[in-house]
Amino acid sequence: MNMDLVVPIIITLIGASTPILIAALGELVVEKSGVLNLGVEGMMLIGAVVAFAVTYTTGNPWLGILLAAAASAAASMIFAFLTLSLSANQVATGLALTIFGTGFSALFGQAYTGKPISIFRSIFPEALATHPLWRLVFGHSPLVYFSLLLVVAVWWFLKKTRAGLILRAVGENDLSAHSIGYSVIGVRYAAVAFGGAMAGIGGSCFPLLLTPQWAERLTAGRGWIALALVVFAAWRPFRLFGGAYLFGLVMTIELYTKASGGTGGVPSEFWAALPYLATIAVLVLISLRRSGHSAAPACLGKPFLPTN
Amino acid sequence: MAIFTRRSVLKIGGASLALPLLGQAVLAQDGPLKIGFVNVGPKDDNGWTFGHWTGAKALEAEFGDKIEITFVETVPEGPDCERVLRELAQQGNKIIFATSFGFGDYVIKVAREFPDVIFEHATGYQRSDNVGTYNARFHEGRAVMGTLAGHLSKTNTIGYIGSFPIPEVVMGINAFTLAARKINPDIKVNVVMLSSWHDPAKEADAARALIDQGADILVQHTDGPAALQVAEERGIVGGFGQGADMSAFAPKSHLSAIIDVWAPHYIQVVNDVMAGTWVSDDSWPGIAAGEVVIGPYNEKIPADVVAAAEAVKNGIVDGTLNPFTGPIVDNAGTERVAAGAVVDDAGLWAMDWYVEGVNA
Amino acid sequence: MQFRLEKRAEPSKAMLYLTPIGAVLLTALVGAIIFSLIGYDGVRAVREIFVTPILNPLKWQDLAVKSAPLIIIAVGLAIGYRANVWNIGAEGQYILGGLAGTGVALLTRDFSGPWILPLMIVAGMVGGMSWAFLPALLRTRLQVNEILTSLMLTYVAIQLLNYLVIGPWKDPMGFGFPQTRMFTADQLLPHIIPGTIVHMGVPIAVVVALAAWFVMSRLVFGYQIKVVGSAPNAARYGGFSVNRTIWMALLTSGALAGLAGVLEVAGPFGRMVPSFPTNYGFTAIIVAFLGRLHPIGIIFAGLAMAVAVVGGEVAQTTIQLPAAAVGIFQSMMLFFLLASDLLVRYRVRMVGSNRVEVTP
Repeated sequence: MNMDLVVPIIITLIGASTPILIAALGELVVEKSGVLNLGVEGMMLIGAVVAFAVTYTTGNPWLGILLAAAASAAASMIFAFLTLSLSANQVATGLALTIFGTGFSALFGQAYTGKPISIFRSIFPEALATHPLWRLVFGHSPLVYFSLLLVVAVWWFLKKTRAGLILRAVGENDLSAHSIGYSVIGVRYAAVAFGGAMAGIGGSCFPLLLTPQWAERLTAGRGWIALALVVFAAWRPFRLFGGAYLFGLVMTIELYTKASGGTGGVPSEFWAALPYLATIAVLVLISLRRSGHSAAPACLGKPFLPTN
Repeated sequence: MAIFTRRSVLKIGGASLALPLLGQAVLAQDGPLKIGFVNVGPKDDNGWTFGHWTGAKALEAEFGDKIEITFVETVPEGPDCERVLRELAQQGNKIIFATSFGFGDYVIKVAREFPDVIFEHATGYQRSDNVGTYNARFHEGRAVMGTLAGHLSKTNTIGYIGSFPIPEVVMGINAFTLAARKINPDIKVNVVMLSSWHDPAKEADAARALIDQGADILVQHTDGPAALQVAEERGIVGGFGQGADMSAFAPKSHLSAIIDVWAPHYIQVVNDVMAGTWVSDDSWPGIAAGEVVIGPYNEKIPADVVAAAEAVKNGIVDGTLNPFTGPIVDNAGTERVAAGAVVDDAGLWAMDWYVEGVNA
Repeated sequence: MQFRLEKRAEPSKAMLYLTPIGAVLLTALVGAIIFSLIGYDGVRAVREIFVTPILNPLKWQDLAVKSAPLIIIAVGLAIGYRANVWNIGAEGQYILGGLAGTGVALLTRDFSGPWILPLMIVAGMVGGMSWAFLPALLRTRLQVNEILTSLMLTYVAIQLLNYLVIGPWKDPMGFGFPQTRMFTADQLLPHIIPGTIVHMGVPIAVVVALAAWFVMSRLVFGYQIKVVGSAPNAARYGGFSVNRTIWMALLTSGALAGLAGVLEVAGPFGRMVPSFPTNYGFTAIIVAFLGRLHPIGIIFAGLAMAVAVVGGEVAQTTIQLPAAAVGIFQSMMLFFLLASDLLVRYRVRMVGSNRVEVTP
């Protein structure tokens, strides 16, 4: 492998990482508020199909992204209503949301299979991206810059703002947050809606950034990788950024090795299983280092039941 | 139209305790001949299932209201398809086309329960009294595409995206490579197997990886236009439609296509069944029978290259050219086929080696 | 006018039994409306999905065979869920059960005798248990969330399956297709009703559910599970080891998922194929909740889910309702059920607007 390949590999790996990064950042905020939404894959599919449909119909990818976010946020409200207002089980509701999203996207997308759109390209003039290194800076789709800004924004929000502090408090100790007078349910609704919107935008990367078409199950399980990624990153935005690019690198490097005529040596199933094995390893490492305490928000997945 | 072959008469006779013979015949005469299709994907997949959908439409055009078609989409390979097959048989379908390899075991199973229903299984190898198999010689089309690639590639590097190294895929890669290297012996073909039948984003990334490493022509053996769209975006020489004409996705890069046309076989089967002459066998026609059609050539391809491709096609049609004519050396340097010899059908289905020039 | 919720002192028994029925009826109603609005025959769709499979005796065998693995897995999951142990990786444990059974089948190919099938079944249960071992170890030793580890391991299991059927376990006579050899007669589940597809797995499912019912209602272990689930601190004072309960719950659910896996591969599948993971492990989570985490409820929930799946296929063949619609029906059913859960635990009171209490 020569140096000329480094830039193209990075560009491909950025493409592979961006959707899982965006979706995982959304889920990170949701989980920080103490809610586990396993419906990421379903919401991503809804985002993907809506982004495609809107972009195909109007020719405006910005509108496509916006409505994808709105549609997935709306779908996440089914989850929020059931789990937060009716304190239904989060695991079951999240899985149901994925089944719903898969079915909905397939049904809604029937009218859109076999139709092309064009890729949502760089917003910068092409002259800026002629040199390989400048291509790394200016050559991306707006979705890529958005994902990077989102890393910083989520970090800043959680660490530096009062709202972020409240959100974390709700996730760590909902009863205390409630007794100080914060609306636990309200905060969680907002977090779930944000997570839904980000899953939608993550899903929109598939038709707009990676492969400008609609096909059933277009996201092919990336939503589950996003869920793994949040854990892998120990619920920290910058680690999540590193993790997303690491996962992207693993997916990309295998393809490049094979495409160079090499065999890769290791069975490709091993590469495909690696992100999940790595996530388990990280979970173990975190627990070992903290001697019996996980990094997960204390209220993760538990319903909020104030004692009246 | 009463269908009385000797076999079915015997069977109806055997069942006459339960069902009066007359009732059976009346049932067969009344109404249209019901035909079912069981498919692994949605009909708008722009590839495999779309090809069978087009075939079903051709049946309707040919036979009109003499037949009635039920087309079931997105049936998982496994016990679920067994239920769908049985359901179709119970609803009175007299011919059932199962269009994916993974349906095979269940076709055989259900066919045993419904001896008076005729089953046709695409790409399979298990047959019985009322189960036939059919396929198309797609590798003949690959040879034509390889000829184009041999003439058009400037980097001498072709990228080939496949799903799993099954014989169907392997023989396509080999036919393509042999044809391309006949024109340009420097051609090398880099193969990426995705270990997945359906992951468009991964297909697109594989296409990017291949182009980044010098491939200027892409070939895919996966459904959908993902690789072609990347070819179009990158502005390389081009790629080929798989299963269907995909030029809508890549007007500049769509060099040509291998189009699956199942209509001749489907019409043949229905005619045979109506005439009572259907017998279980394996049908494996190719370009000559019109089952494999070469799509329109892109207007950017020079006339002499088109002529060369057409010459290969015509050679295959009139039998003067076999894509697998020796000497063939595999990519480890061993001679597999002696000069002048050809690979027979059994050899094709056992193919687990790549020809010289393939990196996989 | 406003609604106010009052927590019931005791969960309502009437609501416990009524709400699942209400959820199904509501799904049918809303489904009919939605599918009518988007241009399908909504009423017919509901009839085909929910009624035809129950009324058509030909479909009963399908309901039995489809619900058996769901019931077996869901019973195991429910035991864990009662103890607040959230195993959601049953799909992976199911796959490992199938793989372990297949491993024994491949090793015993050259033998015959009635001992082979029981050995496969034991291996399957151990296989499923092995995949639950790691989540149990990590949860009890390191407080690692079992939801996450069991889910992650599911994807590892899928890749392990792919590796085995494409690589070392591939049928040497299978033309390179990724699947193992067919099982021999001694390795296949016997059919218990001649002339149908109803196999040994169906009575096993009923026995598993009844045994679980007995254990949960009559034995100390069942009591321990409930106490640990509802009041872990009280359990500690009561001398119940929380960790031991977690171990038992995870290993039991893993073993049962593995049992379902080996019964599937030795029953309807008859060999291991890449399409073996059919989401039974995830669907069973829905079944467990639909059955209110009660073994007997789960039998009915499993049947209801089977009705939706089988009926979905009927609707596909009779009124061309797309396969995707079935998923929407399934998720709607679960949404309504989860929503109605509230009625079991709370009483809804209508209060006049002038009497609304201001709550902080």
